[in-house]
Amino acid sequence: MNELLKIYEVAPRVKKYVVHTPVVSKHCLPGQFVIVIVHEGGERVPFTICDYDREKETITLLVQEVGYSTHKMAELKEGDSLYALVGPLGNPTDLDMYENLVLVGGGIGCAVIYPQAKLRKQKGLKSNVIMGARTKDLLFDIDEFKANCENVYISTDDGSLGTKGFVTTVLQERIDAGDKIDCVLVVGPMIMMRNVAELTRKYNIPTVVSMNTIMVDGTGMCGGCRLTVGGETKYACVDGPEFDGHKVDFEEAMNRSRFYREKEEKCRLRG
Amino acid sequence: MNNGPRNKTLHQSAEERIHNFNEVNLGFDDELMMQEATRCINCKNAPCRTGCPVGINIPAFIKCLTQNDKDGALAVISEASLLPAICGRVCPQENQCEGKCIRKAKLGGSVAIGALERYVGDYGLKKGTAGLKAPAFNGKKVAVIGSGPAGLACAADCAQKGFKVTIFEAFHKAGGVLVYGIPEFRLPKDDVVAREIDKLKALGVEFKLNTVVGKAVTFDELREEYDAIFIGTGAGLPMFMNIKGENLNGVSSANELLTRVNLMQAYKDEAITPVYCGKSVAVIGAGNVAMDAARTAKRIGGGEVYIIYRRGREEMPARAEEIDHAVEEGIKLVLLTNPVEILGNEGRVCGIKCVKMELGEPDASGRRRPIPIEGSEFVIDVDQVVVALGTSPNPLIRKSCKELEFNKKGTIVVDEESMSTNVEGIYAGGDAVTGAATVILAMGAGRKAAKAIIDKLL
Repeated sequence: MNELLKIYEVAPRVKKYVVHTPVVSKHCLPGQFVIVIVHEGGERVPFTICDYDREKETITLLVQEVGYSTHKMAELKEGDSLYALVGPLGNPTDLDMYENLVLVGGGIGCAVIYPQAKLRKQKGLKSNVIMGARTKDLLFDIDEFKANCENVYISTDDGSLGTKGFVTTVLQERIDAGDKIDCVLVVGPMIMMRNVAELTRKYNIPTVVSMNTIMVDGTGMCGGCRLTVGGETKYACVDGPEFDGHKVDFEEAMNRSRFYREKEEKCRLRG
Repeated sequence: MNNGPRNKTLHQSAEERIHNFNEVNLGFDDELMMQEATRCINCKNAPCRTGCPVGINIPAFIKCLTQNDKDGALAVISEASLLPAICGRVCPQENQCEGKCIRKAKLGGSVAIGALERYVGDYGLKKGTAGLKAPAFNGKKVAVIGSGPAGLACAADCAQKGFKVTIFEAFHKAGGVLVYGIPEFRLPKDDVVAREIDKLKALGVEFKLNTVVGKAVTFDELREEYDAIFIGTGAGLPMFMNIKGENLNGVSSANELLTRVNLMQAYKDEAITPVYCGKSVAVIGAGNVAMDAARTAKRIGGGEVYIIYRRGREEMPARAEEIDHAVEEGIKLVLLTNPVEILGNEGRVCGIKCVKMELGEPDASGRRRPIPIEGSEFVIDVDQVVVALGTSPNPLIRKSCKELEFNKKGTIVVDEESMSTNVEGIYAGGDAVTGAATVILAMGAGRKAAKAIIDKLL
């Protein structure tokens, strides 16, 4: 169970893992996530599902090495198995009512919007995509997006590919060009999701963001993933992970997401 | 009969135990057991039995103990409870069996039934799974959702009658609240909980871990494969106070603190899961979970720990022993006090603003209603706040089985005798039905459901 059938390095310190999991692959939909424990005794880490194949009974996870557990995961080889994998968790993306959907991905967030583009194509729905990263080496799967989307727009901070600037630079261009945009789904770092939401707020474009918060159980028990949406406390694991980007309190969410990262933290972080 | 006063169990000293997670209450040794067992006057009415949610024949098992017949005592308890090593440790006996004991008031205090039950339970654990085996398959299958006390009790009774039982558990370890909630120092995980679960495995019960029903397997799939389903999914979303500052860094639910420390073993040096260890901690609430959270915070942080409660000591809902243990460990009870705001500095907790309360007229619960005293606000400097005010039912079941009937509070509606829901073949019990309650009530509900399943399907 949970065998890693294929591992690809798609960018420096970013790998794609194709995991054999009949149970999750049978039921998962775009927007949902899993919780992984890499080794026995390890921590529970949430990852959004980036692709799935019901016939081959696999899901794909995209993992960037950022901390102890993701580093441990990067040490695994094809044929190894994850100690535990639970899911699919959270609610699937529900945006089929929008004809003109723009998918915005930042960094590894691009991978998270991919299954949505693919499923829309299968359903005969169109989508446009804006992919952004610091530099072109951090972008991947552009051809896969091209095969599933009407238009693929790219931005890089350093201008090494596509428009020089941010995803918001491109989104502003598309708005200025008069593109019809019914809704924006944006997945990436919180600060990027906030900036996109701030831009679309001006044009009253409904905007959905995917909140990758700190979690322990992922099933609505610990409350660690709570955030404020429209003045109310919500739980990313059972109420989300997708929320109305115009209502999310990003300042608070960003502060909470830094909690276990802060260097001066007195907690016993290891690894 | 022994006319002496109630015997105390052995304990780790408070000075020693606040530096470790080893069990605090060490139970009776053989000699203390015998002294205590002979205090039972074996009265005919046995009021203690009426106080036991699962109806253990208490005088009968204690009589066996007076004859040093531990196997006999175990057999008597096993008729009613499969988890005596757990219940002897965590039941609120003072409100149950011991609360009804006729020696309570004048004859040296109630017989220490809980400690005697634990003695027998631990003896049973030492015997291990020898002699347990799966009975012949009766052709019927039962799915149990959740491996906490309700699910384990239901599974045990069904398995003994030859049902093929599968327990679905969302976590990577079986035991539910017994492993994620109740701390190691009150209920050892490897030595007690895992051993009790081994008994079920020996009876042929299958555990499907890391499996969230409603997500990884749908109710329709379960109904197709199983003849009966028992929902024992327990408590859910933690309740907060909805006061300013509750989402600051350093504020968590008791569930989160306890899950990190118990299930993820964050107290161990080699643990990977981080846990925040405040140097000055306020725990809000006064139930068993609040005591567990406070004592856990004391052990991992080593600083001041305050329990803030809006009523008085008499009204604290926790077991008497837990409150006593907390106080012995240096935890300060800040009573008749209610938090009004959590203060922050650069996104982190730096204090808690409270108001003093006084007790007014009794409210709907019969307890005197706490009323804020105007102008009495004060601040306690803390760098961590843990909210232990209970939970609301887990929304996953409600979302994934739409036909099920829920009440206004979000708990599942059942027939109280059979624990059957409005959906044919689906039963429920434990906190998912009652809201936050006790291990023994959940076990009792699991057993009632098992009886109904057995009566219906066999």
